[in-house]
Amino acid sequence: MGKEKRQTSAEGHPSRIQGVRSQSLTPWVWTGGGLLVMAVLSAAIGPVAIPPNVIFKILLSRISFAAIEVDWPSTFNTILYQIRLPHTALIALTGMALGASGAAYQGLFRNPLADPYIIGVASGAGLAAVLAMSTQWPSTTFGLVTIPAAAFTGALITVGVVYIFARVGRTTPITTLILAGVAVSTFTSALTSLIMLLSTDELYRAIAWLLGGSTLGGWPPVLAALPYLLVGLAVLLFLGRPLNVLQFGDEQALQLGLNVEHYKLVIVAASSLVAATAVSFSGIIGFIGLVVPHLVRLLWGPDYRRLIPLAMVTGGVVLLAADIVARTILAPRELPVGIVTAVIGAPFFLWLLRRAKQVRFW
Amino acid sequence: MARLRFDSTTIGYGQKPVLYNISLAVSPGEVLGVVGPNGVGKTTLIKAASGILPPFEGRIYINNQDLNRLSPSERARNLAVVPQARQLPEAFTARDVVLMGRTPYLGWFARESESDHRIADEVMAQTATAHLADRQVGQLSGGEQQRVLIARALAQTPSVLLLDEPSAHLDLKYQDEVLKLVRELALEEDFAVVIALHDLNLVARFADRVALLSDGRVRNVGEPTQVLTPDALAEVYGVEIHVYTHPIHGTPLVLS
Repeated sequence: MGKEKRQTSAEGHPSRIQGVRSQSLTPWVWTGGGLLVMAVLSAAIGPVAIPPNVIFKILLSRISFAAIEVDWPSTFNTILYQIRLPHTALIALTGMALGASGAAYQGLFRNPLADPYIIGVASGAGLAAVLAMSTQWPSTTFGLVTIPAAAFTGALITVGVVYIFARVGRTTPITTLILAGVAVSTFTSALTSLIMLLSTDELYRAIAWLLGGSTLGGWPPVLAALPYLLVGLAVLLFLGRPLNVLQFGDEQALQLGLNVEHYKLVIVAASSLVAATAVSFSGIIGFIGLVVPHLVRLLWGPDYRRLIPLAMVTGGVVLLAADIVARTILAPRELPVGIVTAVIGAPFFLWLLRRAKQVRFW
Repeated sequence: MARLRFDSTTIGYGQKPVLYNISLAVSPGEVLGVVGPNGVGKTTLIKAASGILPPFEGRIYINNQDLNRLSPSERARNLAVVPQARQLPEAFTARDVVLMGRTPYLGWFARESESDHRIADEVMAQTATAHLADRQVGQLSGGEQQRVLIARALAQTPSVLLLDEPSAHLDLKYQDEVLKLVRELALEEDFAVVIALHDLNLVARFADRVALLSDGRVRNVGEPTQVLTPDALAEVYGVEIHVYTHPIHGTPLVLS
């Protein structure tokens, strides 16, 4: 039969495979390097500036036994370990979560304008998180760990509702997706505001949180977020190949042997878990999940096997940068980072919307 | 033994049947052309044969297995669909697209292996698309895109090929090229091929047998000379039709 013939005659075929498959390392150098630079800057910049070389020395003195001459004030240690590093880690993780989940949602909906914020997932997660917080403010470890779970549930419900309303026949058009997302997120945001108004005591903290300011300091939120993010991001990183196949549409994907419904469920679950965790600890930060995958796609192409990890790392870089701006532009006042990303991201979104009408850049 | 067999199958969307009581069989090495007026259900037939549209009644068998009891990946190992070349994600390279034909052999977290890449090389050579490997499919001509899609289907190493209007939107030269390729593949690889075409002259030249659909049924099935008769065509298409013999190919030549 034909199959045997094809496989045996493949032996003598000259293999150009290696050449084709060896991918450029450039994007990884850029994004990885960017993440390192931004992380160091994020840790260095603040009311008390800690020079980068001192940061390296402090870290080195912690992890190695080498004798390092201590030529910095001891308060630097406390500031770095108790305040700066956990903050930097949380922001970086949040950015990574938003970048990766934005890319995954875009691939899933085959729609370049999907992101956790625009399709209402963030607001839905936010509502559930506020509900959880209103019953128990996360002062305890238990409270801290239950918030992402509540937010995840809220995110899943929202994405389901938006998807059902946005679906026209067998497709999810841009317009209906955005309209459904706007409607659902307006509704959930209103409920969120109502709950916050009714529970007066923690109002300021809740509002600040909602706008993307991390109100919880120290390592506990980082540690609480980590398991959720590790699971969700690991799944997303592995689903690049099926996401590529889904770009041909459900019908062709199914005919290519992909169990479309199963894969979609897992992709929705993983991206919603990751986005909900980000919302739980950093509030509702818009546009990172939209802008970052686009940037990566423009620079390095549409292959989701690369797009997801690169969007993840780039999300970290961009959110760290936005956070530095938020903390310095009106210093000593610190703005919630969500304001900065919205001010930069919304015009970008409008530009994309105009472009999407003209060309199919998908 | 038939590779693909419709057994008194009724097919449609939602609640509404489109094709009633279809019985057809396709053997290895055989090309079955499906013709009929627009909207008669040619695409529906292809979709049902691909397993994504479960029949209301009756069964469809592939290699004697009930098609709709197989998982998507089991189906896709036996049977490959060549869709119309419109609406491809344009930024993927031809090679990426062909490699996606290996999807039914790859599990949840698997990556393409050396042998998957070897098969991609093979089928691209077979379809004369090797030189296009690193080009983005959006930049290829319609005929090239169609050949890439055929290569993707071959990469599934199927025993049945289904094609839905593979020559629509193509220039004459590419129509001939694509259909000749399909014809050769059927013989060389012993595929059973079902091909939906609206162009009766192309069907006459490239199909071994023709199924003429009309009013939700198979009106006639057999060799082109038996099926493509003036009377039958006039009845189905509602215009006067003349059938001559092609001066070179000797196949029926249909003119309105």
